[in-house]
Amino acid sequence: MKNQKFLLSFNKQLAEKPIVYHLVKEYDLVINIFRARITADEEGFMVLEVSGTDEHIAQGIDFIRNNGVTVNAAEKGLRWDREVCTHCGNCLPHCPVDALYIVNAATREIAFDSDKCVECLNCIPNCPYGAVTSVF
Amino acid sequence: MKSYAEINEKIASGSAVVLNAEEVSDYVDRKGLSAAAEEIDVVTTATFGPMCSSGCFLNFGHSIPKIRITEAWIDDVLTYSGLAAVDLFMGASQLRHNDSANMYYPGEFRFGGGHIIEKLVAREELQLFALSYGTDEYPRRELRTMFTIDDLNQAVMVNPRNCYQNYNVATNSSDRPIYTYMGLLKPRMQNLTYSSAGQLSPLLNDPYYDTIGVGSAVWLAGARGHVYSEGTQHTGSVERTENGVPAEGAGTLALTADMKQMHPEFVRGVSLKGYGVSLALGVGVPIPILNEQILHYTTVRDDEIKAELIDYSYDYPMKSGKVIAHLTYGQMKRGEVEVNGKQIEVSSMSSYSKALHIAELLKAEIQSGSFLLSEPMQKLPRNNKSKSMVLREGEGGTVK
Repeated sequence: MKNQKFLLSFNKQLAEKPIVYHLVKEYDLVINIFRARITADEEGFMVLEVSGTDEHIAQGIDFIRNNGVTVNAAEKGLRWDREVCTHCGNCLPHCPVDALYIVNAATREIAFDSDKCVECLNCIPNCPYGAVTSVF
Repeated sequence: MKSYAEINEKIASGSAVVLNAEEVSDYVDRKGLSAAAEEIDVVTTATFGPMCSSGCFLNFGHSIPKIRITEAWIDDVLTYSGLAAVDLFMGASQLRHNDSANMYYPGEFRFGGGHIIEKLVAREELQLFALSYGTDEYPRRELRTMFTIDDLNQAVMVNPRNCYQNYNVATNSSDRPIYTYMGLLKPRMQNLTYSSAGQLSPLLNDPYYDTIGVGSAVWLAGARGHVYSEGTQHTGSVERTENGVPAEGAGTLALTADMKQMHPEFVRGVSLKGYGVSLALGVGVPIPILNEQILHYTTVRDDEIKAELIDYSYDYPMKSGKVIAHLTYGQMKRGEVEVNGKQIEVSSMSSYSKALHIAELLKAEIQSGSFLLSEPMQKLPRNNKSKSMVLREGEGGTVK
């Protein structure tokens, strides 16, 4: 069993299909949805964590890819731009899971661990420089 | 004992010994004060953080026909034009036209004067819209044009206040979140925010203004600038520890430099939800090691610098003078502090990482011989006090 997070994006036609249902029912995957949204253009976005065997995860991801869903394992729903960040540390108490954290105690540089991020979006209004943005 | 001239000679010959204000502490511990003072020529200090008291003068040159600008906006942000025909002043905390501010509380304040200054330094294109009433020699009454900083004759940054020597620490004891220039302060003192580079901060390393004064050369966002005055709200006379560390905000510096020489990494527009817009700037200040005492002051460490914890839900706006606790930067940098038996999470508005980077950049410039020091032509006040505004009603409540 392993856990893996994905960012799914899909077009207008797919927004009405029960993709998650199929992942649970046909591939025996446990799904934890962090955040989902249909935009004004009726594009769909979803960040979810999938738990299951390697084989089932691979099959499930193949299934939704074949149905036209773009699956991104590298990027999640939140972007942190290292160059825009000034490493002031104002975000730190506003991140409930320490996904934004001090990576080097001596220089007090900040880093972002996207695997820990639960997409609460608290950091966005608490960054004076706009270093964190939501993909959707 | 060394003189400015001797230190500058060593800098020019590429043989100056330069340390930053963090590493100098251990160095002096190892070598001893006396030997280290012989050896070290300059200690570099730095800070990076928001300071609303910032702005810039811009000269656009004359259009044909000429205009004597009386109202002007750059990218919809109002600039001050009560100056000569095409001189404008952009202030860091000016909001964009039609920004709803805190009408829908808390406002987002995404763009304003600080962002205009950032765009200028980044050499991005901006729009000037200007109006006038028209005169015989300045007949034009309106113009709209795109420009970059390279189209301007002068773009001079002017910061009436920077490098606050220590600063209070903000928290919120009330039952609701409050939105301040120290960021979002959660209810019931769940977090606190400090804003100082602590042991790297310029005036904490020269607490009695022995070397930093009017005319001192500074590194302002990558440009060579200087101190043009004591900063606004400069208060020399405050309670201090035996090391000279003030218990509260004390000295400040007024700085200026050519914006065309600045680096965009160190000039950043700031958006503070529920508060407004501002500008964050990187400043580096070299301290010449003229004698042992000056070196001794630069060895100050975060654990020796205390700041006052103030309740921004009541005591700060009401100026009550109440201090909840005294906390050192050493304590705060551990990420959590205990106050009256309660654990409080720590946030910072000042970037130590950027300050350290600046101290190193300035060190490299001095070592390479490209940044010479200048002796102040005037000392900063050591004994002045700060006044409060006393509200007085005029006769009949009107302006004469």
